[in-house]
Amino acid sequence: MSTRPWQETGEAIALPILALSGGLLLFGVFVWFGGHDPIEVWKLLFVGAFGDSFSWQNTLQRSAPLMLTALCVALPARAGLTIIGGEGALVLGGLAAAGLPYLMPLPANAFGTLLLLLAAAAAGALWIALAGALRQFRGVNETISSLLLGYIAIALFKHFVEGPMRDPASLNKPSTLPIAEGLRIGGMAGYDVHWGLAWGVVLCLVAAVWLGWTTHGFATRVVGGNARAARLVGLPSHQLIITACALGGAAAGLAGGIEVAAVHTSANASLIAGLGYAGILVSFVARHQPLAIIPVAILFGGFGAAGSLLQRRMGLPDASVQVLLGFSFVLILASEALRGRLFNFGLVPKRPALPAAGQPKAA
Amino acid sequence: MTHDFDRSRRLALGRLSAASLATLSPWALREALAQSALTVGYIYVGPRDDFGYNQAHAEAAAEVKKMAGIKIVEEENVPETQAVQKTMQGMISQDGAKLLFPTSFGYFDPHMLAVAAKNPEVRFSHCGGMWTEGKHPKNTGSFFGYIDEAQYLNGVVAGHVSKSKKIGFVAAKPIPQVLRNINAFTLGARSVDPKITTSVIFTGDWSMPVKEAEATGGLADQGVDVFTMHVDGPKVVVETAAKRGKFVCGYHASQAKLAPQAYLTGAEWNWITAYKLIIDAARTGKPHPNFVRGGLKEGFVKTSAYGPAVPEAARKNADAVKAKMVAGGFDIFTGELKDNTGKVVIPKGKTFKQTDIELESMNYLVEGVIGKI
Repeated sequence: MSTRPWQETGEAIALPILALSGGLLLFGVFVWFGGHDPIEVWKLLFVGAFGDSFSWQNTLQRSAPLMLTALCVALPARAGLTIIGGEGALVLGGLAAAGLPYLMPLPANAFGTLLLLLAAAAAGALWIALAGALRQFRGVNETISSLLLGYIAIALFKHFVEGPMRDPASLNKPSTLPIAEGLRIGGMAGYDVHWGLAWGVVLCLVAAVWLGWTTHGFATRVVGGNARAARLVGLPSHQLIITACALGGAAAGLAGGIEVAAVHTSANASLIAGLGYAGILVSFVARHQPLAIIPVAILFGGFGAAGSLLQRRMGLPDASVQVLLGFSFVLILASEALRGRLFNFGLVPKRPALPAAGQPKAA
Repeated sequence: MTHDFDRSRRLALGRLSAASLATLSPWALREALAQSALTVGYIYVGPRDDFGYNQAHAEAAAEVKKMAGIKIVEEENVPETQAVQKTMQGMISQDGAKLLFPTSFGYFDPHMLAVAAKNPEVRFSHCGGMWTEGKHPKNTGSFFGYIDEAQYLNGVVAGHVSKSKKIGFVAAKPIPQVLRNINAFTLGARSVDPKITTSVIFTGDWSMPVKEAEATGGLADQGVDVFTMHVDGPKVVVETAAKRGKFVCGYHASQAKLAPQAYLTGAEWNWITAYKLIIDAARTGKPHPNFVRGGLKEGFVKTSAYGPAVPEAARKNADAVKAKMVAGGFDIFTGELKDNTGKVVIPKGKTFKQTDIELESMNYLVEGVIGKI
């Protein structure tokens, strides 16, 4: 099918915007049935997500971990694997970051923080690489195994936090010992957004460069396209796939480490907040494109922030924002069907005509 | 291609945010007009209609809403992450709240403390936390109720109703607040018949509906015939027990509606008492009550009305104990008390008052409890 470059660009912008508008419109109808003023709701959604500097900080802060957990889905997906166990990598990353000071003394400065984050990334990388290895060497379905490994990770996390690593002073909220003040991650230059956002954005950019402009990234995409063909041309498919899994896991592990170092100050059950699962949705909506993950994660963060204001001003239940989310993402995914057709106006034949011999077979 | 997409998107969002300044001004005006009323913010970790912990708070918040000169803003399903910090800050800067009630235990440290440090003029009152003089700022505080008193009464009723002499407790985590309830429930039942044992199952987290159902079913299989629980939403345990033809004592709020025949009584919060105290202090400019505690006597907790299956003797017995508690002449944790490994945890002659801080770090299960921490 021939598409001109302006069409691709135009569609890349128009499709999500159209889908989002459709979602908002449907949501307006939905709240109108519930007896609320849709105009007021739309206004609040916008004010809550992007209305002022507080809203922007709110939105960006919520999006930061999602960028990293989305990479945990996107990178293996580009190598052909559907990994949905980012939550497990995230909690183990958090546990590793909180646990490193138990094993070795750390300098209470940025270098120490870096070590914490490296430990977090390594833990996440190992966990998702395990799912990749199970798939490559034992033929275990990686979607199922990564999901189940996630449950094991959470069980391990709880075991260590509530058992051997528990801070005896944490009575009703079992936690690990808090990490030293100097190791914590603070806000960015006076803003109420911590450095996790920078990590998320930079790693999405790095991932895009890796996939788009390096030989290794290209080889990974070839393997993702057709592993058998890749092996035929001599690409080490096992190695490439497991590396992509490890890199994705590292991103999710890092998200957990950042949550501990920037928000919770210790590992505890509050870390298990579904950020890893939200990343799955972000990555699928972004079509596993690292660059697209950034705006999609921000949009997701915006929904969270807007939902918060909507609850407070309109007294709508939290579930209503889930409805909006549902409308929007179903439409975004459905809009894929229009890709390559949006600006054709029915002029280009949709598919080549079948040869005369290809008559439909009898049922 | 994606670059263009990204850039144009950012540009568009930038323009939109500029345009939004215009839309904001009516809000600012409205906020200024609303300043005369006290705006109070409520934050819940789960849904407001969970038949449990969050509903107990939301019901009392609905009472507060009716008070003159008070405006409330509420938000439910707020996780114990950065999200709750943003919600608190949003209530302060977007809604003009001057008093916040973050109701989930996990909100206290580090979230509420972080936001409180940035907003010294706003009062924060947390449910369940251990506010400590000198350690935590003066504009923060915590309130909680001695609900173990009502769990003791649950135990008394359960002790009368149980035929198998086996009662069950579905619990979230082995933390002090939960252990105290398990122990009080057991002591209440064993005050009726010392042969009674309480089987406890920990599900591992506050909201695990599937595990709660499995635990209830498993205990019922073992012959347990009266249940109670300490999880965020008791709905599943109540319904499962009723379906199995067993009896149940409620927790957090009344679950009588879910199983009118099987519901015996229940330990309910009565948060309105604490709320009123704290709100009145805020309205009159009195110092923020930093450490607020109370039980049946102070009206912080209450018991559900007896269900039809509660025999006359049980009602009389429980009412008598309750009257003593309200009069202040009843202590649940008195020596000599052994834990379920036979170790003496409270020596003979020692009695803990409900207000004793030692009870808030309880780490044992009393004799008669079948289970391990």
